[in-house]
Amino acid sequence: MTATQHRNALLDYLAMLLLAGFFLFPVVIMLVASFKPDDTTIMRHMSSALAFVPTEVSLRNYREVFDNVAFLTAMRNSVAIVGSIVIVGLFVNSLIAYGLARFRFRGRGFLVGLVIALIIIPFESIAVPLLLIVNRLGWLDTLYVQAVPFLADAFSIFLFYQFFIQIPADLEEAAIVDGASRLRIYWSIVLPLSRPIIATVTILLFLRHWGQLLWPVMVARSQDVRPLTVAMQQFFGQQPREWGQIMAFAAMITVPVLIVYLLFNRWFVQSIASSGVKG
Amino acid sequence: MTTDAHRASPRGAGSLGTLRRGEVRAAWGFSLPALALLTAFLIVPFVLAFVLAFTDQRLIPNPRLPTEFVGLRNFQRILEDPSFQRALMNNFAFAAFVVPVQSMLALGMAMLVNQKLRGSLVFRTIYFSPVVTTMVVVSAIWFLLYNPDEGFINAFLGAISFGTIPAIRWLQDPRTALIAIGILSVWQGVGFQMVIFLAGLQEIPEQLYDAARIDGADRRQTFWNITLPSLRNTTIFVVISTTILAFRLYDQVKIMTGGGPQDATQTVVFQIERVGFSQLRVGYASALTVVFFVIVLAVALLQRRFLREERTVRE
Repeated sequence: MTATQHRNALLDYLAMLLLAGFFLFPVVIMLVASFKPDDTTIMRHMSSALAFVPTEVSLRNYREVFDNVAFLTAMRNSVAIVGSIVIVGLFVNSLIAYGLARFRFRGRGFLVGLVIALIIIPFESIAVPLLLIVNRLGWLDTLYVQAVPFLADAFSIFLFYQFFIQIPADLEEAAIVDGASRLRIYWSIVLPLSRPIIATVTILLFLRHWGQLLWPVMVARSQDVRPLTVAMQQFFGQQPREWGQIMAFAAMITVPVLIVYLLFNRWFVQSIASSGVKG
Repeated sequence: MTTDAHRASPRGAGSLGTLRRGEVRAAWGFSLPALALLTAFLIVPFVLAFVLAFTDQRLIPNPRLPTEFVGLRNFQRILEDPSFQRALMNNFAFAAFVVPVQSMLALGMAMLVNQKLRGSLVFRTIYFSPVVTTMVVVSAIWFLLYNPDEGFINAFLGAISFGTIPAIRWLQDPRTALIAIGILSVWQGVGFQMVIFLAGLQEIPEQLYDAARIDGADRRQTFWNITLPSLRNTTIFVVISTTILAFRLYDQVKIMTGGGPQDATQTVVFQIERVGFSQLRVGYASALTVVFFVIVLAVALLQRRFLREERTVRE
């Protein structure tokens, strides 16, 4: 290594370390603050390096979150909503994508074009009319109103479609000759081959819906059906703010997702990368 | 659906005619659930927005005051509404801050972690981690960090400047509130764009860099003459998608500022929610929605235009 290369590598490490500090410090402060026993201590330590030091480890904030926010109900709601969007969504979206990728029929080109065109519509531009519709249907303040409108998703269909047209049809044709039904082929040949795209769609759907706030704010206010985001928004809005509990609540929303992310880090990165220029 | 598709499937080798008819029925059977859902919850509300925009529809209609067509009145009001103008301006200002900062930072980070230095995988994992952190949580944490009197950020700035930077009232001062939201938005989102750039970087052939090295090109020349031109499409995608995200700004505002102080953080989507949901004025909110969609569409079409030559949608 020349002297210049050496200096460059050192500068790169310095830059990477500074950036790491920038991306880590809010989460570390959140975790440390959540274990401090009272808000006076949190605020006193916040303007010094003690913000990073767990001076005491107390579970009081966590216990109070369970009592004050109905945390378990909100967690259960979020898991149920996002879980059903992902699981039902995977089937509904991959089915139509498979139909479009494999069958020749009139209207196919139109449907593919339609799906691609629908990707562009942001949820914000249908939220209000959709609110009017679900209100007429009497769906307000339910769990399913938060899931059903999102089961079909144009972008997921598009990702599946792109994947399916790339797998060679030989295997499936052989199965047809053997008399297997299309549904059976989809289920026992195509889906097992589709693990990478299933992971991608799962991760993208999860990231989009886990943090959703606008829609549940409009349709799910009551404690029984509200997801974590709305529970956090309502708890955060209460005065005076209980910072210790807010940080404990934030930690309990964040840490499980971070653990899943660390376990499947490669999949996350690949999903985002593949959602790239094609969209 | 299940039984339909099952029945329709060609069992054994029928004549070509029955096989084709079976295929058609199977195809529609496979497509039906998604098509029905997309129609009911995406296409119908989308079209409805354009209809409602010309009415005075309310969420809970008053039986004595039936909904009426009001022509372009909603759009006239939007044009005259100072808080909408403020919101639109804020969205543009927010995009003008976030898009260049986030895109350039993302490219820099992607290049840093792409060098295969020891530990670069760990750094990549750290930089991406805010993306999996929910914006509602991010907003709550940064609200505490931005606290003017006892917040970490003011204390940190004070310490590294030896007290020359005075305490900033980040979210309470109309001059800084939008920037403050911009900073945490970059913090949360930049890892996403970093990964997109990383994918772009890894598609650049290594030979290009080898050739440059032989020609004695330094880092800067390599960047301007090889890296950046090769990333043209990736850059367009990143810039456009970040711009659209900037126009969708809502969560941070809802949690942190409620549009204040003095409308400094009003945004178009925040107004759509306030007017359509809190004030129940569905007609007016639909008109806002139409304006919002036209802006997003214009930005997206810009991308299509730039990318046209390279678009590969296989049929």
